[in-house]
Amino acid sequence: MISLTVNGKKRMVDVKPDTPLLYVLRNDLELNGPKFGCGLGQCWACTVIMDGMPILSCITPVSAAEGHNILTLEGLGSIEKPHPIQKAFIEEQAAQCGFCINGMIMKSKALLDKTPDPTDHEIIAALDPVLCRCGTHKNIVSAVRRAAKEMKK
Amino acid sequence: MKDFLLTRRQFGITAAGIFVTFTLAPELVLSADQPLPGALSGTPMLDAWVLVGSDGKITIFTGKVELGQGLLTALCQIAAEELDVPMSQIKVVSGDTRLTPDEGYTTGSQSIEYSGTALRFACAEARALLLEKASAALGVPANRLKTAEGKILSVDGRKLTYAEIAKTDLLHHRATAKIAPKPASQHAIVGKPAGRIDIPAKLTGLPSYVQDMRMPDMVFGRAVRPPGPRDRLEGVDIATVRSMPGILSVVRDGSFLGVVASREEQAIAAREALQQSAKWRTAGDLPDAANIYTWLKKQASVDEIISEKKSPNAKQVVKRLEAAYTKSYVAHAAIGPSCAIAVMKDRKLRVWTHSQGVYPLRRNLATVMKMNPEDVIVSHVEGSGCYGHNGADDAAFDAVLLAREVPGRPVKVQWMRDDEFAWSPFGSAMVMQVSAGLAADNSIADWQYELWSNAHSGARPGRPGGINLLAAWHLDKPFAPSSPRPVPVPPGAEDRNALPIYDFPNQKIVRHLVKETPLRTSALRALGAYANVFAIESFMDELAVAAGVDPIAFRLSYVKDPRARAVIETAAAKASWKPGFKSDGTKGRGFGFAKYKNIACYFACVADVEIDRKAGGVRVTRVVGAADAGQIINPKGLEMQLEGGMIQSVSWTLKEAVTFDRARVTSRDWADYPILTFAEVPEIEVHLIDRPEERPLGSGEASLGPTAAAVVNAVSSALGRRIRHLPISKEIIKQAS
Ligand code: FES
Ligand code: FES
Repeated sequence: MISLTVNGKKRMVDVKPDTPLLYVLRNDLELNGPKFGCGLGQCWACTVIMDGMPILSCITPVSAAEGHNILTLEGLGSIEKPHPIQKAFIEEQAAQCGFCINGMIMKSKALLDKTPDPTDHEIIAALDPVLCRCGTHKNIVSAVRRAAKEMKK
Repeated sequence: MKDFLLTRRQFGITAAGIFVTFTLAPELVLSADQPLPGALSGTPMLDAWVLVGSDGKITIFTGKVELGQGLLTALCQIAAEELDVPMSQIKVVSGDTRLTPDEGYTTGSQSIEYSGTALRFACAEARALLLEKASAALGVPANRLKTAEGKILSVDGRKLTYAEIAKTDLLHHRATAKIAPKPASQHAIVGKPAGRIDIPAKLTGLPSYVQDMRMPDMVFGRAVRPPGPRDRLEGVDIATVRSMPGILSVVRDGSFLGVVASREEQAIAAREALQQSAKWRTAGDLPDAANIYTWLKKQASVDEIISEKKSPNAKQVVKRLEAAYTKSYVAHAAIGPSCAIAVMKDRKLRVWTHSQGVYPLRRNLATVMKMNPEDVIVSHVEGSGCYGHNGADDAAFDAVLLAREVPGRPVKVQWMRDDEFAWSPFGSAMVMQVSAGLAADNSIADWQYELWSNAHSGARPGRPGGINLLAAWHLDKPFAPSSPRPVPVPPGAEDRNALPIYDFPNQKIVRHLVKETPLRTSALRALGAYANVFAIESFMDELAVAAGVDPIAFRLSYVKDPRARAVIETAAAKASWKPGFKSDGTKGRGFGFAKYKNIACYFACVADVEIDRKAGGVRVTRVVGAADAGQIINPKGLEMQLEGGMIQSVSWTLKEAVTFDRARVTSRDWADYPILTFAEVPEIEVHLIDRPEERPLGSGEASLGPTAAAVVNAVSSALGRRIRHLPISKEIIKQAS
């Protein structure tokens, strides 16, 4: 049994310690935020935040998450009460297929926690490794800008 | 899984229909022999498109599916507009063989034109029927009633809700299309920005994709593909893998190899073990990548002169220019690899898929599994962004083959990243050869264009003459794919947009559809239009230079269509285009234009670039686009589609080429096949020209060709040398420098 803290809740899972965290979050804890994009640490679709740091859950063994705080997209906010970043993404309509957006929002969350007032350059640098195929980049950057503004209020 | 048994009836209504006649203005009456508009012609019953529930909730049905560009939101807007109900009261059901009309595939940006038109007329007629019914109930003439917010209001202050009226089988009758939809001037919802109905759920982690579906007893499947397309499985150690933890089944059928496990990571581990132990006979039959364009031109092909014009008044040619352009194989490269779920029980099959065509997929599945189509239910659930015929159908068939091994248990198949890169069909490599004759006055007197390409269409499931499912070709008793067939222009496929939009006195356009398909190709966003527009618009620039005329002015002298001219002029003005641009050797500027498929959205683009001659780098700094997509349904959505296409086009144009050796595809992950990232995305502007009285025109693919052309023309202007190959690799820049 491995004990995890996900979105503030203690969860016990009966899986092999080398199981990628992504599959535990998606299949055992039935979370949808982190996505399988490559399983290779190349696209950031699977991003979750561990103790404030964005990590690639597809190449992180579940054992490495034991004793740490894991935050997923679901832990930010809900459809009824979205987090300001989620709200900003909705307001900017910053999604086409939306498959990459978990990575975009979670990376932005980690950025804004450390750098509440980022320059465009800092936003772009933080998001650069997160791949988007639909070409939603422009609206995504606007959404992060808007979120930063809202969160300062 | 109770959803398994849900039928269409449960969505709706009972009792008998009523028949109402209306007095109509003469111009609105369809004559008897006129076909019903849009997709109504194929599915004429009103309640196939719209139901008013006894709770007042409206359900609309479309055979088209969401591909990640907001189609369902646009359809919801159309229905809300015609029915006078808020969008939030409408549920959209799409792409389901039990529930929705058969609208074939969702492709070619035609969904608004077909499904949207059908819904528009069906909902207008539904509203009229509701009014008629209310008129009888209230004893008030229909013209003294109005509808708003899902209610019918009488001038005397009485009110009825739709729910109160729609108790009978009100909409169970044939559409007449005799009720005119609202004119654009009355639109309150259509043409206004609307928030996408799917976005809030996606952004807060609610289940939105087939990847997010979970069912009781669900297990996990993986396919183990051969290294190369025609390799054969000679041996594999199945017994050892069967004894691995969690393994429920290892399936081998000819060269199809797959595994079912209780847990996802167990299925992945088994896949790896099978890959290690499998012995394949290598076909090694891929052409030499270095000579792929010569190879293409040498193959047997289906040839056709798609246009030939000879004018007796054509001027004498005094100078001839020639050029050949080439473009690499390109991958779909969706962020989420293909995924599907299937369950089989008592010779009944249920499939959840992000296929572009649930009915055609059902036909292929039924044939291969030797089942009645009625016993196969295929439902669309969104996947990652869909840019054409990707691996969705193949993953669905993988899931079916594996589900057969564990009856009653849903099997989720998730393709791995390398499955997606190596086995999703590609956008074909192409060769375009152009020659033009200039007259003494520097006008184009003659235009000759030839293109060679593998199929961009015709390889989808459900097409006649074969089975277009990957695993079906690998089975012990294999099925053959259907052989590629040309699609007449317009819209065309390989030759999409091969007809120049410009008016030349003499022209000849020849298409060579190369049948031999060493690498599987099929429809990828814009099909042949991306490369044809690149070639035509590059060559127009070459001719403009030869003629000593500004490239935009040069083009305008061959364009009469005022809508085309307006789009070209808008892009030029918004980008502050000035004739006589001189590069400083690093900065470049270029222009590109097309009318997609020659019949859809007009799009023009100006690109600014900077090149780094030493490093071979190209940076697209700014792209400015202008579009006329007829009547705009959702401006924000349209802008996003066009911008998305522009970014994807810059990515294809600067970076993307599928790589392969003689045996296999070698670009198998994001390191082998990089796409544009944030730091490389240009500044983007899109200007929309609304034509509220015109038909809405498909636009999801319109911006790719013109953007590519603008970028190539800009890079060529910076280099002072012509670029004639895509992608514009570092080597090309360095060599040309
Ligand atoms: S899925 Fe983890 S980086 Fe791609
Ligand atoms: S929105 Fe589709 S991949 Fe980014």
